[in-house]
Amino acid sequence: MSLKRIDLLICCGSGCVSAGALKIKERFDEVLAENNIEKEVNIIETGCMGPCDYGPVMVIYPEGIFYQKVTPEDVEEIVNEHFLKGRAVTRLMLQDKDKTIRMQKDVPFYHKQVKVALENCGYIDPDSLDEYIATGGYEALGKVLLEMSPQETIDIIKESGLRGRGGGGFPSHIKLQMVHDNKDEKVKYIICNGDEGDPGAFMDRSLLEGDPHRILEGMMIAAYCMGASEGFFYIRAEYPLAITRIKQAIEQAKELGLMGENVFGTDFCFDAEVRTGAGAFVCGEEMALISSIEGERGNPTPKPPYPAVQGLWGKPTVVNNVETLGNIPSIINRGAEWFAAMGTEKSKGTKVFALTGDIRNTGLVEVPMGITLRELIYDVGGGIIDDKPFKAVQLGGPSGGCLTVEHLDTPVDYENLKAHGAMMGSGGIIVMNEEKCMVNVAKFFIDFCVEESCGKCSPCRIGLKQMLEILERITSGQGKEGDIDELLRLGESISKLSLCGLGQTAPNPVLSTIRYFRDEYETHIKEQKCNTKVCLDLMHYEIDKDKCIGCSICASKCPTNCISGSREDKYTIHQIDCIKCGNCFDVCPTKAIEKIPGIHPEALKR
Amino acid sequence: MASIAQNKNRLYDRLAEVIEEKKDLRNPLIEILRIAQDIFGYLPIEVQEFIAEKMDMPASKIYGVVTFYNFFSMTPRGKYTLNVCTGTACFVKGAPRLIQMLSDELGVGMGETTEDGLFTMSAVRCVGACSLAPVFVIGEDTFGRIDTVDKVKEIIKRYE
Ligand SMILES: Cc1cc2nc3c(=O)[nH]c(=O)nc-3n(C[C@H](O)[C@H](O)[C@H](O)COP(=O)(O)O)c2cc1C
Ligand code: SF4
Ligand code: SF4
Ligand code: FES
Repeated sequence: MSLKRIDLLICCGSGCVSAGALKIKERFDEVLAENNIEKEVNIIETGCMGPCDYGPVMVIYPEGIFYQKVTPEDVEEIVNEHFLKGRAVTRLMLQDKDKTIRMQKDVPFYHKQVKVALENCGYIDPDSLDEYIATGGYEALGKVLLEMSPQETIDIIKESGLRGRGGGGFPSHIKLQMVHDNKDEKVKYIICNGDEGDPGAFMDRSLLEGDPHRILEGMMIAAYCMGASEGFFYIRAEYPLAITRIKQAIEQAKELGLMGENVFGTDFCFDAEVRTGAGAFVCGEEMALISSIEGERGNPTPKPPYPAVQGLWGKPTVVNNVETLGNIPSIINRGAEWFAAMGTEKSKGTKVFALTGDIRNTGLVEVPMGITLRELIYDVGGGIIDDKPFKAVQLGGPSGGCLTVEHLDTPVDYENLKAHGAMMGSGGIIVMNEEKCMVNVAKFFIDFCVEESCGKCSPCRIGLKQMLEILERITSGQGKEGDIDELLRLGESISKLSLCGLGQTAPNPVLSTIRYFRDEYETHIKEQKCNTKVCLDLMHYEIDKDKCIGCSICASKCPTNCISGSREDKYTIHQIDCIKCGNCFDVCPTKAIEKIPGIHPEALKR
Repeated sequence: MASIAQNKNRLYDRLAEVIEEKKDLRNPLIEILRIAQDIFGYLPIEVQEFIAEKMDMPASKIYGVVTFYNFFSMTPRGKYTLNVCTGTACFVKGAPRLIQMLSDELGVGMGETTEDGLFTMSAVRCVGACSLAPVFVIGEDTFGRIDTVDKVKEIIKRYE
């Protein structure tokens, strides 16, 4: 990558930056200068390397040594020992059971991963067009412009089996073909959907931040296929770095003549612009997104007409997800067959996921379609934190559903997930251990959708509100016989009657949790008990007098002064005044305070 | 309205420049509102009217757009905006408890500003630091794995 003796790749993805990566980079600048070796070391701030849980992480070439959980205090040792004396610092390496893992390629987290869209992410400097080109960047664009017709390019995408990664899984070539075939209309648009609405997901953000030129190249190839000469990146305002990186990539590409008039000396002309979203989930839906670019409120409009027929400013438009576009350069470079060899019969290639929740290796991963949930959670994800039992996994965010232990061997692809009431979604995966209350999780998603509903059609606006009210009653101990059936009835009619995908899919988390965890709903309603002790109204705290040593710390931390006692009599919680803040539970030195399912009889009197 | 337009206030001048610069983009309204919010910190009616006049569109349309998007605020904000993540990962890792602790500590609810004008507490969806869940963000600083009152107190103190 450079002529310097050492390449130091510091992960500057959002997780590592939050964990202090930038301070480490600054410290390296200082220490390298102190030792007069700043010319020998090439510091590269890369996009997300994936294993966010080990952050801040870094990789040092030529060896490929992987350091994790690095702090600014470690920098001096790395420079002195590793850079000057050639002795890698073992204590910063990952420990897997009793093995010390030296190299990045040996980290188990990467073993079952296959990087296509993420190929360069965490490997090159996203600010540098040269580095992108050095890894083969813009070769695919050159190839299609110089050697292939738009139809031939579409055919390759068709043969590859690429499907939309934005959630729906719609075959990508169909949209391109439709717009391509429209010869009457000269003005056509391509839009990259970087709205990433799923709250708990950061795949598209990482791609835009970590390898912006790849997305731009993918967009240009798609534009060439359909005959568009203008593109828009719609990126949410919450992702300022992604916006900066894409804007910069556009500038760099223009300077080098990779974009603009007559690219590579051909007739192809292309220009792109960035538009920012302003925080509305529904704007990820393509019709709403188009309204938003047009400067309106992001209200969805009924389909048809589809954007491919009548999209932005009434012109034929293709909207593609970031990751979809990110796959295209690789497909062109390595061929449709290579891509189609990965995955399952109907779901080809790989999928990027953001693994989060109660899982050991939270982070960004890319795996072949068809990997089982078990492999994804246990082999890539490293299993559940503290080896607690696995309870459920939520896929597809607020539009998706949950799967349980019985589905662990289900292959992850569009068809299989759908068959079990979940969906691929954009790639957010939340893993939950047995301490999570599924009724509460369902309530969370409905609450999200109620807030995000644009309010245009009443099933979504009013129906979801009713569902939320029922869930609120159930989780606060006011549930009634028949509530579950009412939720099912409401959910099914909202799905059928809503105008856009938000309303149509919003009931999914409730429907799927009822499907797999109906007993949990019933315990909440009939016994007024939350067995996971998550729903505060359906649990209480109690002090175990055998364990209490009478230290009074809990009493001093209680905001309502509802704990009293003495060293001799030990301490007691007066249930009526307890607001379940949990402060006492956190501070008790002997762990004498317990969470107990159900309402305390004393509190019932209130 | 004329008096507003004539106002030589520096902020309005800057906004006018921005509008001039962006006006010819196709439908630049959201872009302009975003920058206006950067300049003023929020989007009071007067600013919306100013934009309406400069861009020659009904103020009601601007109001409609401002109220649709969560990103825009019509009330002034504190010196620091404290954004608590209410994304899914943070939720399952205890965001509700974190919100309660912050709210007790600051004495304000979601969307409110502390009496001393120091903090506005608001909610955001996923800040991409799910591995540190539950998290909150003040300015550029992200604070993760915040699970006790003492940790909350210690961080808030740094900004006082
Ligand atoms: C409520 C809602 C939210 C959506 N959010 C996103 C999103 O954040 N990102 C995205 O790429 N697609 C999102 N979609 C899907 C888009 O409407 C569209 O199908 C997609 O961008 C097409 O790109 P693809 O074919 O490459 O997947 C959303 C759909 C709905 C109904
Ligand atoms: S389904 Fe919901 S979000 Fe979609 S148009 Fe209707 S009200 Fe708006
Ligand atoms: S903190 Fe624990 S040990 Fe101390 S008084 Fe409270 S319950 Fe007893
Ligand atoms: S859900 Fe909170 S940072 Fe992702």
